[in-house]
Amino acid sequence: MLKNLFPNKILLLKNNTINNLIILLIVVLATGIIYSLLLSPPDYIQGDSVRIMYVHVPSSFIALGCFGFIGLASICNLIFKIKIMPLLAKSIAPIGCIFSLISIVTGSLWGKPTWGVWWAWDARLTSMVILLLFYLGYILTWRFIYDFEKANKISSIIGIVGLFNLPVIKYSVNWWNTLHQPSSISLTSAPTIHYSMLIPLMTMFFAMAIYSLIIFLMRYKTEIMKLKVDKKNKNNLKY
Amino acid sequence: MFSKKIKPRIFLLLFLSLVFAIIILLILKSLENNVVYFFSPTEINEKTDISFNKKIRIGGLVKMNSVKKNEQIINFIITDLKNEIIVSYNGLVPNLFSEGKGVVAEGKLKDKKYFIANKILAKHDENYMPPEVSEALEKKDN
Repeated sequence: MLKNLFPNKILLLKNNTINNLIILLIVVLATGIIYSLLLSPPDYIQGDSVRIMYVHVPSSFIALGCFGFIGLASICNLIFKIKIMPLLAKSIAPIGCIFSLISIVTGSLWGKPTWGVWWAWDARLTSMVILLLFYLGYILTWRFIYDFEKANKISSIIGIVGLFNLPVIKYSVNWWNTLHQPSSISLTSAPTIHYSMLIPLMTMFFAMAIYSLIIFLMRYKTEIMKLKVDKKNKNNLKY
Repeated sequence: MFSKKIKPRIFLLLFLSLVFAIIILLILKSLENNVVYFFSPTEINEKTDISFNKKIRIGGLVKMNSVKKNEQIINFIITDLKNEIIVSYNGLVPNLFSEGKGVVAEGKLKDKKYFIANKILAKHDENYMPPEVSEALEKKDN
């Protein structure tokens, strides 16, 4: 599996594979949207506004997951100096950035009808904004520092420092009093969300995960191609 | 297991991470009063340095049968099942505000047992279910 991400292997990635993934995405996404918007029941207190959850929660999961990946890749990058690590992290960063933005915007839209305010500076919401800032910092480093080695170091440090924010986001609702409700899904106990709402939530999560995978594969392939072209240009200059 | 070059890098990273984690913990600890979004009635009761003319937020559950509407003014009791604070509020409440549910009130303390709010926020819990299920659960309880 991991071997397929090696530079020479990823270049063999055919458009066919991507197309198949896109078909899978359309099927899962259509099922998820129909299930969550039409078939799933309204909530007993919130009514239909609970349907924002089916976009909000999966986006947050993916935003956190992508940064976890960036952080781990940055650690491997600094310690083992594996060449493909920064390229992997660089390809996944915009995906996580967009999903954390989606999470914040949909959360705000959800907050107004339930809490009564668009925004509150409680620990969960603030730490999520900090995550978005880390994403922006990471992406902008690659964008504005042209020296590869320099950008590589700085962005890796941003990735590792940002890793500390993840447990703060995850446990903020348990550590402090927050306006945001505690999580409904955890590894250790039964979910406090009825299965008729859990199934569409999971379906939407899979749809977004497949979407992220497609974008990631395409971006990563492009990064590798760029690297090869750069190498070739440098070799040509020598002669 | 690891080569000579890699080992010091691992140790350096572990060490820096540890230092960094401790710094963050200390910062969060010292900012605790600002990080919490609201205080519970018990925390208000135990606090010694309350300023009565500064805006604060308190939160808990709306006590059952405590909401009294008097034209525009709403009075109710916020409880954390140990201590209680009477809240007086003039204005509209969010749709999800109801007895037995979570609430956050923003305003000023008159004294430790009386709070004048100028904003009411509804806090909801992590339970999601269809209305039929909640009715069935209620029937079972009765």
